[in-house]
Amino acid sequence: MKTLRIYIVIAFITFCGFNAHSQLIGKGSNETIVLENAEIHTVTNGIVQGSVWLEKGKIKAIGEVNAPADIKRMNCQGKRIYPGFIDSGTSLGLKEIGSISLTQDAREIGEFHPQMDALTAVNPNSILIPVTRVNGITTVLTVPEGGYYSGLANLINLWGYTPNQMDANFKGLVMNYPSTGKRGWWDRRSPEEIKKESEKALKKFDTYWEKAEAYQELYEQASGEVVYNPELEAMRMAVEGKMKVLLECNSKEDILAAIKWVGDKNINAILTGVKEGYMVADSISKAGIPVVTGPILAVPSRSSESYDIAYKNTGIMQKAGVEVAIRTDENENVRNLLYNAGFAAAYGMGIEEAVKAITIVPARIFGVDKMYGSIETGKVANLFICDGDPFETKTTIEQVFINGWKIPMESRHTLLYDEFLERNPGLQNKK
Amino acid sequence: MKKILLSHIFLLFAIALIAQDRGNVLIKGGTVLTITKGVRENTDVLIEDGKISKIGQDLKAKSGIQTIDAKGKFVMPGIIDAHSHIGIDAVNEATSPVTAEVWVGDAIDPYDVSLYRALAGGVTISHAMHGSANAIGGQCETIKHRYGTEDPEILRMKDAPRTIKFALGENPIRVHGEGNRITPNTRMGVEQVFRNAFSEARAYRQSWNDYNAGKIAVAPTYSLRMETVADILDGKIIIHCHSYRADEILMLMDVCKDFGVSKLVFQHVNEGFKVAPELADFGAGASVFSDWWAYKFEVYYSTAYNAAILTKNGVLTSINSDSGELIRHLYHEAAKSQKYGDLTDNEALKLITINPAKQLGIDDKVGSIEEGKDGDIVIFDKHPLSIYAIAQKTLVDGIVEFDIENDAEDMRVYINPEAEIPAYIQEEKHDHDRCMQGVYESVFEGH
Repeated sequence: MKTLRIYIVIAFITFCGFNAHSQLIGKGSNETIVLENAEIHTVTNGIVQGSVWLEKGKIKAIGEVNAPADIKRMNCQGKRIYPGFIDSGTSLGLKEIGSISLTQDAREIGEFHPQMDALTAVNPNSILIPVTRVNGITTVLTVPEGGYYSGLANLINLWGYTPNQMDANFKGLVMNYPSTGKRGWWDRRSPEEIKKESEKALKKFDTYWEKAEAYQELYEQASGEVVYNPELEAMRMAVEGKMKVLLECNSKEDILAAIKWVGDKNINAILTGVKEGYMVADSISKAGIPVVTGPILAVPSRSSESYDIAYKNTGIMQKAGVEVAIRTDENENVRNLLYNAGFAAAYGMGIEEAVKAITIVPARIFGVDKMYGSIETGKVANLFICDGDPFETKTTIEQVFINGWKIPMESRHTLLYDEFLERNPGLQNKK
Repeated sequence: MKKILLSHIFLLFAIALIAQDRGNVLIKGGTVLTITKGVRENTDVLIEDGKISKIGQDLKAKSGIQTIDAKGKFVMPGIIDAHSHIGIDAVNEATSPVTAEVWVGDAIDPYDVSLYRALAGGVTISHAMHGSANAIGGQCETIKHRYGTEDPEILRMKDAPRTIKFALGENPIRVHGEGNRITPNTRMGVEQVFRNAFSEARAYRQSWNDYNAGKIAVAPTYSLRMETVADILDGKIIIHCHSYRADEILMLMDVCKDFGVSKLVFQHVNEGFKVAPELADFGAGASVFSDWWAYKFEVYYSTAYNAAILTKNGVLTSINSDSGELIRHLYHEAAKSQKYGDLTDNEALKLITINPAKQLGIDDKVGSIEEGKDGDIVIFDKHPLSIYAIAQKTLVDGIVEFDIENDAEDMRVYINPEAEIPAYIQEEKHDHDRCMQGVYESVFEGH
């Protein structure tokens, strides 16, 4: 009798323990491992059959590797390996719940706050991060919003317990080129009002840049002995062309104006958004400015435009010779990067180029292609194993590695599935 | 006088019937995904006078009937969206917690280019819904995407049952409690709004019955609001309820049981997976997003596996758009149920065809490819659950409404001659609560 009671107690404790655990994501493990017999989609060197050897967070060797017998192996027969996918524009880590402003850290007060550093506010424990990374997305640009000079975007890996552990070594200054378009379907301003307001905005936008240039000159002349100004200090690198500028512009008119604005200056620019890039693809290509575009799953920006033009935009720009990366501009559903790229692939870009637009192309645009964006010896071990075309919804992403860490393939979504598919207790009618 | 009026009404009705085109077409040699009767390779579908008249091999069409070659292509029933706000130009009558008297059918906008964009994604029918500002919102309208007409009447699917929008949780609480300092300010208050309205309507109907039976001399005051709620109690209207949390879902089922209401579909129902056994037991439907979550607190504890858990627990489940963007790729949204929960091809396709048809009470007419049903068809170049599938042709009542080979860039029905250039819209981002359209944008410029 007593033993039965003990058994019940043990069973109860085990049950509770299991339940408590089910709300947590497990630990990762830093692996030295050889992934064998895989179809390796290197992105930069075609498809290679064989192994990928991971050691100390890096890719040590690819193809036929000579790893000692005591190193752990994983058989990937019939599986594919891709480099970790990169989303070139998200607010991941900065926002948690859409409608609750106190969980949002993307948007500072004011029109000019270039010193705001996204990495500072990245929450490594955001529940959205595991939901994202189990889909093979290992790296995202997280972007501050608001005003004309929004702050510093940061490339982060989706694994780590501190922002520094997540830092993927790229920072860029986010600027919003004053829009000449409507803000949304609810915007009732007349064309004249819009024009007047955008001219006023452009003047502010210009003046601020000139100020930053003057500050930089002063700084050099005075060998750094200048009155402390955090905003202008943050822009010195961008003004010198040493830090990239992410310049948001979307309508045809704004894209052309932004290209001209960049052309007059010593700026290392990336155009972002570029929703109507298809209209001026040749101009962008001629200017030689790279582009981050998206979301792809979007409606046309004008009711007069073709229903599928947002799907086609990326492919049209890429074929015109523009170096173009894809972003979701999302937060909780950054996981749909795969399908944004998939739609771009289906609507003219082709699978190979669409894969590049979320791997090597953003790595190049952000200047981190020595570390990320393809499966090559010496690069960071950001990759994933899957059982088919990752753009297809039937495909399972089986294992993700970030910085060589084997990531637990769990998220709130999988844990809730495990708990509720066969709920226990199930239906119990009252009384 | 009355007679003249009546004859006018009949005349209008007749005009509407004439204007509503019905096509004759033979779709040859496709892989036909019937949904209810399996997959049939190399099969023809004959549509006569807007209805599917025959399904089989080597069908012959009468001379003059248009033939579509579907060899190597996939033929499936027109996709049905059980929750959208396209094709209407008013969504929320956010002036009272109960507005059962208003009707979305009064606000149909045949000029909305979103209708064409939906057709281009294979969607032939959508449930144009009132918003979620009120606990008992307005009545909704099931529309057929007969794009190109300037007559709102033609878009209405006339034989579809009446439906009404209900709403639980944050939206009615935010609008009425926080906004106007009236009940509901809590989920407790929401329950009482329903119980009050149902009780009042029951008494209202009783007093009319008493009057008609001669038991009381003076007629009760007529109220369209109470007439409508009483019709819900009489089972004449299907409730479609905006909902997220498990507790509030259980609450509404309890209220409905107490008042003998059984026609109930939950919309969004992000936490439906937590009470799937109870939903199945009640016989309530669930119309969900494929993967939307975390845009507000009441959807923070969500899972994209919702559709799969509900389906596997026997709940009648559909996937909806609630968005002019998403509606264009519902086939892809359905495909996500294979990533999140491994549904079979047919289970996934049912989420956007026969299941939403059942939830709207129109499954005897649409939602599958069967003889006698409406000629609502979409033809894809690849299997519709593949990311690479592109809709080639979409037919409503046997009329080709979308044809990729004949797809002009500008498909607006009506172009405002005053508009100098097409207006560019800067952002449609965070479009997550179209259900709240008309409530906040005037105040907050949007969201």
